[in-house]
Amino acid sequence: MTLFYGTELASRLMLGTAQYPSPEILADAVRRAGAGVVTVSLRREAAGARAGQAFWELIRGLDVPVLPNTAGCHTVREAVTTAQMAREVFGTDWIKLEVIGESDTLQPDMFALVEAARILTEDGFKVFPYMTEDLVGAERLLRAGCEVLMPWGAPIGSGKGLNNLFGLRALRAHFPDVPMVVDAGIGVPSHAAQAMELGYDAVLINTAVAKAGDPAEMARAFAMAVEAGRMAYIADPMEERDMAVPSTPVIGQAVL
Amino acid sequence: MQITVNGERHDVQATTLSALLAEMGYDATTRIATAVDGCFVAASKRPALALHAGAQVEILAPMQGG
Repeated sequence: MTLFYGTELASRLMLGTAQYPSPEILADAVRRAGAGVVTVSLRREAAGARAGQAFWELIRGLDVPVLPNTAGCHTVREAVTTAQMAREVFGTDWIKLEVIGESDTLQPDMFALVEAARILTEDGFKVFPYMTEDLVGAERLLRAGCEVLMPWGAPIGSGKGLNNLFGLRALRAHFPDVPMVVDAGIGVPSHAAQAMELGYDAVLINTAVAKAGDPAEMARAFAMAVEAGRMAYIADPMEERDMAVPSTPVIGQAVL
Repeated sequence: MQITVNGERHDVQATTLSALLAEMGYDATTRIATAVDGCFVAASKRPALALHAGAQVEILAPMQGG
């Protein structure tokens, strides 16, 4: 059992809610994913525009825990203020903390991330930090009070899968008891399965589902991959070898 | 008084944040969050939040996110 700040999730698949063709397809994808969490955000909206309220009603109707993000924030101050606003709007102290440091890759700014995580943790937030697979940064985030880590697989929306397998393996091995989620960059279900086989506790997917030809069907495919990957991890996979080893016994083989 | 709301300049009568929201047509039941000059202002603090000329107000609503 994996606890995220004391909460066991119904599923190890976390799903983003952006970029779907329609609200109906989003709702269908969340249901078919059996998502354990959905991520949400905050944006400017003029008085009279009801898109935000309609979205919020849709999310409430899905009855899935929400994880608000601080997407688009580039400074500690922006991220902290956005988190405080999200806490009030969404009624949760969970926050997916994003502090972006580089525009082309949307790479997290680990220095600002640690600082923002410390401020928010002291303010009672339960921080899910979107981070690189940096071991030292991970140590600092844990010291700042984070009890969950969310390393990227690859840049957001790139669909490239696990860009640094060695780094993700090392991170998992260094902090075996910390719940960890691979967030961002996953493109197809096999990437998600791979993350789970490495021992990650969950994955967070958005673009790969939302931008699929059939988002709901892809959501189901991801759910199955996450489950398969987790089962494989628990079942303890065989060691990889460089040379062949016959699987059929050689003793008793006929000499012809 | 001239202030900025969500990046746009407005000439408003309101002198508090809650009055500004009413003046701009935000329904009291609408789920929004507010910040003034980069600092979060909780819903309970809006009536007492005095606006000043040039204040930067942000009014945010729930939105899809990844």
